[in-house]
Amino acid sequence: MAEPAAPDFDRVDLLNVTRRYGRRRALSRATLTCHAGDIVGLFGPNGAGKSTLLSILSTLVAPSEGEVRFGGQLAPGLGDALRGRIGVLGHDLFLYSDLTARENLEFFGRLHGVRDLAARVAAGLAEARLTERAGDRVGAFSRGLRQRLGLARALLHGPRLVLLDEPFTGLDDESVHLLAGRLRALQAAGAIVVMATHDFETADGLVDRPVCLREGRMRALAPGPERIRERYRQALAEAWT
Amino acid sequence: MTTALRAAWLIAAKDLRTEFRSRELVYTTLFFGMACVLVFAFAFAAPSGDAIAGVLWIAVLFSGTVALGRTFERERQNETLRALLLAPVERGAVYLGKLIGLMILLGGLELVLVPIIGILFTAPVGRAPWLLAGLLLSGTLGFAAVGTLFSAMLSRVQSRDILLPVVLYPLTVPVVIAGVEGTAAIFAADPRFDVARMWLAMLIFFDAVFVTLALWTFGAVMRE
Repeated sequence: MAEPAAPDFDRVDLLNVTRRYGRRRALSRATLTCHAGDIVGLFGPNGAGKSTLLSILSTLVAPSEGEVRFGGQLAPGLGDALRGRIGVLGHDLFLYSDLTARENLEFFGRLHGVRDLAARVAAGLAEARLTERAGDRVGAFSRGLRQRLGLARALLHGPRLVLLDEPFTGLDDESVHLLAGRLRALQAAGAIVVMATHDFETADGLVDRPVCLREGRMRALAPGPERIRERYRQALAEAWT
Repeated sequence: MTTALRAAWLIAAKDLRTEFRSRELVYTTLFFGMACVLVFAFAFAAPSGDAIAGVLWIAVLFSGTVALGRTFERERQNETLRALLLAPVERGAVYLGKLIGLMILLGGLELVLVPIIGILFTAPVGRAPWLLAGLLLSGTLGFAAVGTLFSAMLSRVQSRDILLPVVLYPLTVPVVIAGVEGTAAIFAADPRFDVARMWLAMLIFFDAVFVTLALWTFGAVMRE
């Protein structure tokens, strides 16, 4: 399949984005600008709106109010090819249990029109340290192995915007270390990484723009010498107007 | 357009590969269809052409409903439907891929059911094979086109297994009537091929309407 001409962008802007589900506000007037090379960390209690924000950035969910601009343009104006520049690793890993690791990557690679697919799949499997298990069905994988494969799937097409929901869940120490290295490599390559996580220790030294969400409202964590966990707790303790 | 069609085929091929490994739908739809046919075979001593046409379509539609229920259920399990919707292709390609996969599965089921009905009911299934194949193909397409759309829409609803037939059957009544009437015209003691052709034309019209509407609305209904 010919690779679609994907529009590129070097910044993403959320402008007063609100998302309602019925009467409930999952996200309320959120404003955020991300530039190429940013690693933005979304922190917040369960149900704070982190996953909703990621879904809106992925274009799967439309904002009820406000707008999201990719390189200054609204998503509908960029067409279907915009999704070819976005990579998503959700809490569910978007993998088929009845297919092997290689088949999963090949399927999604073809769907995204990835060129030189065999080499990219081999590289993805090697980076996920799954070359030896490439022929095994994903249903037989542990959570950690699936998480690594899910990340390889999300990055296979070389996305500009990488959205990760709890990417460190189920990973052993070595895999966490490797994933952090991978994210830094993406940062160096000019990708925009936005990730929701509760792993403050790993986020320290990795996330350069920590953002806190509470009951759908968003606030950037104040810069300071303290660790992210302390700044986060301090932010939650303050009154949010 | 070519990209969308290729993506649709990729999705259909993936579904068929998954099904080939699990054989979940093949076994359940086949078992269900055979059970339907056998029950009617024992119930009717000497059924008319009308009754045999009804048996064939009941078996196809009920088995099809079982298959439809699972079509998007598989995509829901690991949220792979979201991954499909994130692909840089028209959303209609996802719908078309699921529809093609389902059509191949139901086509295979019909290839088994028709000869069995021919044997058990001594039905003249070879009287106008191309016309019968056309009626079954177009009738199944109309049913699956509506069913695939609603199966996708209901994939996040908790009571989807109950709601799907409730929504699906009333909407596909025209398809069922056309399919049964056309098949009955072939199976009748005095066959009326012109009548069967008229119902086939009607089915093709329904298919064009249903597939067009489904392709048009799929992208919008899948936006959360």
